[in-house]
Amino acid sequence: MNLQNIISEIEKTDPEVYERLDTRRDTMKKFANLSGKIALAAIPIALGSMFKTAYGQTTNNVNDVLNFALTLEYLEAEFYNNIVGSPGYLSASPAAQNALTKIKDDENKHVAFLKSVLGSAAISKPSFDFTAGGGSGTGPFAGYLTNYTVQLAMAQTFEDTGVRAYKGQAPALQSNRTVLTKALEIHSVEARHASHVRQMRRAMNMAIPTGQVVKPWITLNESGIEFPPANSAIQKSYNGEENTSQAGVDIVGIGGNTFLDNKEASAGFDEPLSTQEILDIVAPFFG
Amino acid sequence: MTNTENKIGEPESLYEVRNSFSRRKFLGIIGAGSAIMATAAACKKNDTMSNDGVDLGSGDIGILNYAYSLEQLEAAFYSQIVMTPYSGISPMEMEYLTEIRNHEVAHREFFKAALGSKAIINLKLNFSSIDFASRTSVLSTAKAFEDLGVTAYNGAGQLLSTTTTGAAYLTLAGKIVSVEARHAALIADLISNGTFADTVDGNGLDSARMPGEVLAIAKTYIETKINSSNLPS
Repeated sequence: MNLQNIISEIEKTDPEVYERLDTRRDTMKKFANLSGKIALAAIPIALGSMFKTAYGQTTNNVNDVLNFALTLEYLEAEFYNNIVGSPGYLSASPAAQNALTKIKDDENKHVAFLKSVLGSAAISKPSFDFTAGGGSGTGPFAGYLTNYTVQLAMAQTFEDTGVRAYKGQAPALQSNRTVLTKALEIHSVEARHASHVRQMRRAMNMAIPTGQVVKPWITLNESGIEFPPANSAIQKSYNGEENTSQAGVDIVGIGGNTFLDNKEASAGFDEPLSTQEILDIVAPFFG
Repeated sequence: MTNTENKIGEPESLYEVRNSFSRRKFLGIIGAGSAIMATAAACKKNDTMSNDGVDLGSGDIGILNYAYSLEQLEAAFYSQIVMTPYSGISPMEMEYLTEIRNHEVAHREFFKAALGSKAIINLKLNFSSIDFASRTSVLSTAKAFEDLGVTAYNGAGQLLSTTTTGAAYLTLAGKIVSVEARHAALIADLISNGTFADTVDGNGLDSARMPGEVLAIAKTYIETKINSSNLPS
């Protein structure tokens, strides 16, 4: 599937398509680059979100959002399926192994659940490259199966990203109350996972940057991960989390509570990511 | 006299204005800590609030007040823990419980500021069933509160309007609920490591509760009577 061909086809019926998309020139470039890497099945998702940008909410529907969620759940489930039983995992304590197995089971249940909701509209599982090499198998996480430290760094990033992804999609599900509630019920489970993986990383003092402490919640935009080959890629999952203003209300020092500094004010609220931001983060994992 | 009856023949906006006026006035006089006195005084003054208690209101404002009531509960609970830590508290537990206190106070103050004149009064709380000297009592209550909060926000999302404002509130609720879930998982792990997601069902989902169900549970700890009958359903 060629993205340019699709756009050209649309141009025949909507000559202004380029103009509509032009405000997102950077996004377009990303999609153009992505089309070579991203799995065939994932392209409709990418297109859906791009058209949402161009045309507003009109082309968006609940199934698009659910398939977007399913794509992320496929990613998480396969990641945990791969690491559970791997040499890295086997080097961990029994408690850690149990926790990762529990999370693996939850993610596989999410896949099954979303597939059951979508029925025949469910997309197939794309193929993944967990080295983040876009299919090359030689990305920055190469060797992750033997490296428990890297496994937990990846797990934390996937969970925190999942939380931000579901949060970003919630408004698009408001037309269907049942589906919205189910999505929220997954969202909070991803946050529970994130909390535990973060505790595991702190307890093991694993690859944590100097001057940062990994809490169950996200402080400022700190990833809490020091892994030079992927630091900049990981950072994308945490950018924006430093926000300390909610709905125009400054949280720092609010109500005269001086203990609410920037760190605390940011940590008390998680932040959403848009479809495009999420796709940009996960793109290297498709292959 | 029920609150619905109170509103008969009286425009809601007028009711809200008068209601908020008497609340502000009394809070100004007697201070925020004496919420129950304010309630009693307000009832006496116009004889309309009667036994139905504090009206959360309707629409999105009602849902925000509902969240505000739960955040008042959580913030006060953790503030008490930090003021009178249980015996044998570890440094890490103190650090975590203090930061949770900070988050909950931030949530409470956010709702208060966002609601402005539509905010409900400070609720009178009752923690007499909690032994703050006991780690078991404190952590089991914390777990109950956090899990309740997660299910409350999960259930309230669908009650927000589909207007631009309602969608923004949904995102805000999402920003808060995931932090509550992070707290919930931590507290569960402090009680028994590895139980961070034991609330999850066979489909891998957390659960959701509607406001009536949540407030019935929270009632043990909230002395002020809350009227949630005008919330969206």
